[in-house]
Amino acid sequence: MAEEEQGITLTDEQKKKRRSRSIAIAVALGALVALFYVVTIVKLGPSVMDRAL
Amino acid sequence: MSLVERQDTISQDSSVWDGGMGSVGDYVALLKPRVMSLVIFTAFVGLMLAPGSVHPVLGAVAILCIAIGAGASGALNMWYDADIDRIMSRTRNRPIPTGKVTGDEALAFGITLSIGSVVTLGLLVNWFAGAFLAFTIFFYVIVYTMWLKRSTPQNIVIGGAAGAFPPMVGWASVTGSVSLESFVLFLIIFMWTPPHFWALALFKSVDYRAAGVPMLPVVAGETSTRHHILVYSLLLAPIGVAPYLLGFAGPVYGVAAVLLGLAFVALAADVWRKRDGDVARLACVRLFKYSIFYLFMLFALLLGESLVAGV
Repeated sequence: MAEEEQGITLTDEQKKKRRSRSIAIAVALGALVALFYVVTIVKLGPSVMDRAL
Repeated sequence: MSLVERQDTISQDSSVWDGGMGSVGDYVALLKPRVMSLVIFTAFVGLMLAPGSVHPVLGAVAILCIAIGAGASGALNMWYDADIDRIMSRTRNRPIPTGKVTGDEALAFGITLSIGSVVTLGLLVNWFAGAFLAFTIFFYVIVYTMWLKRSTPQNIVIGGAAGAFPPMVGWASVTGSVSLESFVLFLIIFMWTPPHFWALALFKSVDYRAAGVPMLPVVAGETSTRHHILVYSLLLAPIGVAPYLLGFAGPVYGVAAVLLGLAFVALAADVWRKRDGDVARLACVRLFKYSIFYLFMLFALLLGESLVAGV
């Protein structure tokens, strides 16, 4: 593992906290993607769907 | 964090790392949620009072970005002030002094959220509001935290501007500009901050003295602080009525602002009169608590009137 190569060993507690932080970061990034998607629709309006094929 | 401090955090056993112990809750605590709630509320009022309209989704994005920007400022403030936070009873349980989050982690967290909130506000709402938010973060972290807080007893007078900008940023999110009305909202919080914090500093002066923070009671003495509180309260009361006098608040707000302002001055006079013992401490606590209620009521009334007018 990369951590062992760097000479750092995480404790179980650190691993548990890291996992919960990773999930929180994933949720935040997902929310950001959804936010930009919704705002794009809001700014462009219904015409975003109206384009020549 | 300096190199010497950094070395202190490295354990003798180089394979053990004392970072990475922060839970999600610890990172939320870095955002100063209680301060953030006031920022959200005042920014929302600024946004609602602004002329024109904004799509509700964009309005929500603006408030979210302002809240995250304020939280980022809080995290950067805790990173820089970790040394004095360890000393003061009010702050020693924060995530960095307790060792749950390292200074480097808080710094990275604060910078990431600062840039993220400013860029998102700029891209999705407007760049004037984004730049204003960036300036607010700069003012709180660099001007207040790093420069003024430890160098002058006027720290919270000038630094209070950072906490007063959110309604202007909310307003700018709608209009893309500033105006006299939004400046008055700024002025209310700006003039409210000194008596609010000095009332706290009077009953927490031991903490500030131990930490070497030159709050007014520590540097100029408690009597001088009481004079200052009374003067600022006398200035604040009429400014609180200004939205009515300038025509962007109704008579209900006007009457309430006068009464709330008079009560503020009465409590400040009580602090000024009672100089010793438990009664003096109680007067300070009462003014501190009332000041929060006062600001909340002024902005709640402004919001209520704007909602009623919009129906």
